Amino acid sequence: MSTSRNARRAGRRARDAGPVVRPYALTAGRTRPSGPAIDLVALVCALGSEPGSEFELEHEHRRLLQLCQRPVSVADLAATLDLPLGVIRILVADLRERGYVRVKAPSSIGLNDMRILKEVADALRKL
Amino acid sequence: MPFASSEPTGGRDSAPVAIKILIAGGFGVGKTTLVGSVSEVRPLRTEETLSEPSSAFDDLDGLESKSTTTVAMDFGRITISDDLVVYLFGTPGQKRFWFMWDELAFGALGAVVMADTRRLADSFPSIDYFERNGMPFVVAVNCFDDARRYPLLTTRSALNLTPDVPLLLCDARKRESSRDVLVALVEHAADRLSAPRVTSSR
Repeated sequence: MSTSRNARRAGRRARDAGPVVRPYALTAGRTRPSGPAIDLVALVCALGSEPGSEFELEHEHRRLLQLCQRPVSVADLAATLDLPLGVIRILVADLRERGYVRVKAPSSIGLNDMRILKEVADALRKL
Repeated sequence: MPFASSEPTGGRDSAPVAIKILIAGGFGVGKTTLVGSVSEVRPLRTEETLSEPSSAFDDLDGLESKSTTTVAMDFGRITISDDLVVYLFGTPGQKRFWFMWDELAFGALGAVVMADTRRLADSFPSIDYFERNGMPFVVAVNCFDDARRYPLLTTRSALNLTPDVPLLLCDARKRESSRDVLVALVEHAADRLSAPRVTSSR
């Protein structure tokens, strides 16, 4: 086998060896995000500050920032970026800690508001 | 680094209310199908990874990898309005992933537990879970082509469901049927809000 084929195979294996190996390399082995817990349907929104040079943003941090110019849920980010939820949470927490994004926890209003539940049921019936 | 803590109110940037609904049930019962039938986006998979520390092996090319289990969860979305979004999360089917259910269930409106008459017992863990944590849930019997149809009462007693739990038939492949299941859950949750809950001891 040629060395370039070997190199490509190694690259593929490295990617295939993820999702744990590669994404947790992004998080430098951390498995717990900093700060308050981040719900799956919490909304992440970029705050519009430009990444400064004091914080080297990994490629995935930048991609994440690009995706949340408008509020987007954590679950959406995980699915779009094709990264495990745990990794997304850590990346989001990193960005939150450094002031690049805000994270809005879902409100629990909907669970106890009859008006909202009725609105949901009515809308679902029209699906 | 600190930013203003006030959130914009109103307008496109204010957060919509998110309603989380879980779709539970055993492996292969039709959770992905149901989510796909109603979601406005093709069901997206998110994954949690669990590394299994006991097995590390050397790759031919000298890369070490741990053996991993990825737990896939389907997720779908239904946008009701600018201010209201429904998220559907398919829970991992296997009982050994229960520890993840608490996280998924946190803040959820309720759950649809799907059942297959050919493997009813596969739904027991989900039913037990939601009965214990008190969340509103409905049971939807997915009608597979080669599964026998039983009267609902028979299925109800086979599942040992309390009378307050709605039980319905569905065809997860059909949007109308899947939608009806979701409507039943939302209505059940609303009913529980408006009526004091009688908990039966079991």
